[in-house]
Amino acid sequence: MAQATAASEKESRASRRFEKIQAIVEQYGAAESALIPILQKVQEEYRYLPEEILTFVATALNLPPATVYGVATFYAQFSLEPKGKYIVRVCDGTACHVRKNQTLISTVKEWLGLKEGQSTTEDMRYTLEIVSCIGACALAPAVVINGKVHGQMTPEKVTKALEELEAAEKAEDK
Amino acid sequence: MTPVTKLSSPQELAEVKQKTLSALETGCTRVLVCGGTGCMANGAPAVMEALQKALDERNVPVRVDLVDDSKEGTVRLGYSGCPGFCQVGPIVRILPSDYFYIKVTPEDAAEIVEKTVQKGEVVDRLLFTDNDGKTYAKRNELPFYRDQVNVVLADSGIIEPGDIRDYIAKDGYKAIAEALFGMTSEAVIAEVTQSGLRGRGGGGFPTGVKWGFTQRVQSPKKYVVCNADEGDPGAFMDESIMEGNPHALLEGMVIAGYAIGADEGYIYVRAEYPLAITRLRTAIAQAEAANLLGDNILGSPFSFHIHIKEGAGAFVCGEETALISSIEGKRGMPRPKPPFPANSGLWGKPTVVNNVETFANVPKIILNGAEWFRSFGVEKSTGTKVFALTGAVVNTGLIEVPMGTTLGDVVFKIGGGIRTGKGFKAVQIGGPSGGCLTTEHIDLPLDYDSLKAAGAMVGSGGLVVMDEDTCMVEVARYFMQFTQKESCGKCVLCREGTKQMLALLEKIVGGEGTLEDIELLEELAVAVRDGSLCGLGKTAPNPVLSTLKYFRDEYLAHVVDKKCPAGECKAFKGYRIIEEKCKGCSLCARKCPVGAISGEPKQPYTIDQETCIKCGVCFDVCRFGAVEK
Ligand SMILES: Cc1cc2nc3c(=O)[nH]c(=O)nc-3n(C[C@H](O)[C@H](O)[C@H](O)COP(=O)(O)O)c2cc1C
Ligand code: FES
Repeated sequence: MAQATAASEKESRASRRFEKIQAIVEQYGAAESALIPILQKVQEEYRYLPEEILTFVATALNLPPATVYGVATFYAQFSLEPKGKYIVRVCDGTACHVRKNQTLISTVKEWLGLKEGQSTTEDMRYTLEIVSCIGACALAPAVVINGKVHGQMTPEKVTKALEELEAAEKAEDK
Repeated sequence: MTPVTKLSSPQELAEVKQKTLSALETGCTRVLVCGGTGCMANGAPAVMEALQKALDERNVPVRVDLVDDSKEGTVRLGYSGCPGFCQVGPIVRILPSDYFYIKVTPEDAAEIVEKTVQKGEVVDRLLFTDNDGKTYAKRNELPFYRDQVNVVLADSGIIEPGDIRDYIAKDGYKAIAEALFGMTSEAVIAEVTQSGLRGRGGGGFPTGVKWGFTQRVQSPKKYVVCNADEGDPGAFMDESIMEGNPHALLEGMVIAGYAIGADEGYIYVRAEYPLAITRLRTAIAQAEAANLLGDNILGSPFSFHIHIKEGAGAFVCGEETALISSIEGKRGMPRPKPPFPANSGLWGKPTVVNNVETFANVPKIILNGAEWFRSFGVEKSTGTKVFALTGAVVNTGLIEVPMGTTLGDVVFKIGGGIRTGKGFKAVQIGGPSGGCLTTEHIDLPLDYDSLKAAGAMVGSGGLVVMDEDTCMVEVARYFMQFTQKESCGKCVLCREGTKQMLALLEKIVGGEGTLEDIELLEELAVAVRDGSLCGLGKTAPNPVLSTLKYFRDEYLAHVVDKKCPAGECKAFKGYRIIEEKCKGCSLCARKCPVGAISGEPKQPYTIDQETCIKCGVCFDVCRFGAVEK
């Protein structure tokens, strides 16, 4: 009896903690085919996939945790590391590559103060992602800052866009 | 709000068409702002807002509903799909006059409203002007469009994708009515087979034949899957179709479903296309409300449902068996074929997988007939093909030409030649799985078989133009880096082979390569091509093989002469003194900040590459042009 109470208490604690996730699972249905949409939604909420949530999702979908982990690590969209508040995506698709996007990448890195191999700033505000093609190839080179596509970019334009984002945020804080 | 509610017969569909047409013909001026990803990024939303404001300020009656025949002489302002000429966006088109305004800014809005909307006059300064100063008022007169033939892209760019009635007015969904009420599934398949339509996603397999295989398999459940993963970085025609004319894709899928006996379909869209996903969702909702999708379509016994699946960023998921695994919620790994999806596809059921552009061709074939379709293109490659023209060319954007159009026509007539004023060097066609074509291929017809014979492929239709400043070894390295990263790791040759090939290419580009490396690279390329499990590995060596075939000199220059002829590879960006030109004046040696230059007076000097910091002072100070980069 006492055991059962303890167990149910633990369960309710877990379910409180994972209420949000539970709602997501319910929205998409607890089937394997819903795994990717569920993980996409989780990532949208948390900006990454925390490990304990992966385990929770595995249990909810009745899948081995290894399967869920396998899917989470297979797709480039998923991140097991926390990402910054703002995502800066520099396109390295063919069209952008041949229009010399390399200087954009180094400009953004320098502006954010990222070291070699680092993609998220220490203050967790920015993450730099190098992606292949965002479908604005005719306006190469392209950069997506905080969801907004910018075409025909130059180092000056990308710096200006980042500065504007900073300024907008400061204005909001006031 | 749903523009059209439950239609229960082809007659009712025809009535919607008539009503829409007559409403649009009652003196309605249409102002269409391009709502494609490119123009939206280039400021189309601000232009839209400014136009709205300019109309309001002048009390011009604006139609809130597209089909509102109560008001004559009104204006309809809306977002269209992409007209293709992304380079000059944001684009604003005016109908019925078909004035084509480019690089429109919010400041132009007032003039457009006053002159064009209110008086029917053209605003000259917003027209396309060619190098000779000649201006072009109407779309079809523009050099960029003059030589194009639009079948798939015909309606995208002049209809509003957000309103199903605009598509219906262009005979949209009429092909479904004709198929469901006048053709057997065999007749549909026969028509598509006779049209000669081949898959636009890369392989070029005859679509009708694929449908026939799937139709003949007995099964209570079958699926239609649309491959909208568009993995080739640099291609965006599928995106543009989904954004600009999503109903054409839906209609094509419904027809496929009817042909093979499926009642459910999936569209697998890459996650990097949020706008396409939004437009598709709207289109599906409107088609469902209109009973053009769902149960008992147009009152017939046939039912068909479509779902959207968002990809999660993996190039290999464009391969059909990997795509199927991904829809099932698994890691997107390809599996060996056979069994083909026609026999065992999604959840083990018979499945047809086709590309977006393939589906978008289907309604036109049903409406106009196989013969009409065959009138475009060449014998074994019929119809048109959309290419994404990008890179070092003057006019970038989406173009549609009959299959078999020559490379030269595409690059020079439509593309306007090289933008940098440099010479044309090559095009890379078919993305990371494709190959390159060079000046010797200027007269090559772009069709499945000619391209294959030249060691390239149509692929998805990405056409990246490169000028003399592009190093072809670096291009090969770029693609290898892409495929190596995207290799799913299932088979050894692809996983390890691409890694080794990349290492060799990096070595060559980095100035450390040897002749043996080139040999080994070639050997590996052949092994990876022949021994990989899926198309990713089988085609990954193509860029290497084709650059080795056409630009072997450049590879040799990198390893033997230790030079990058295009001057692109950093490792070789050093300075050298040309012996014959050096007068031995010692100026450079005196100016060199690190003392890297030495020599005897009146004798040619030399630069010690180890000490040199590549600052360029010697190059600048030499009065005899004896220092080269
Ligand atoms: C590595 C790889 C990537 C592919 N990517 C795509 C893609 O992005 N889009 C596509 O339509 N087909 C792609 N394909 C081809 C598909 O496997 C399949 O042949 C195609 O979707 C069939 O449609 P179609 O006959 O209409 O061309 C790819 C194939 C391979 C091997
Ligand atoms: S290659 Fe950069 S947007 Fe397509």
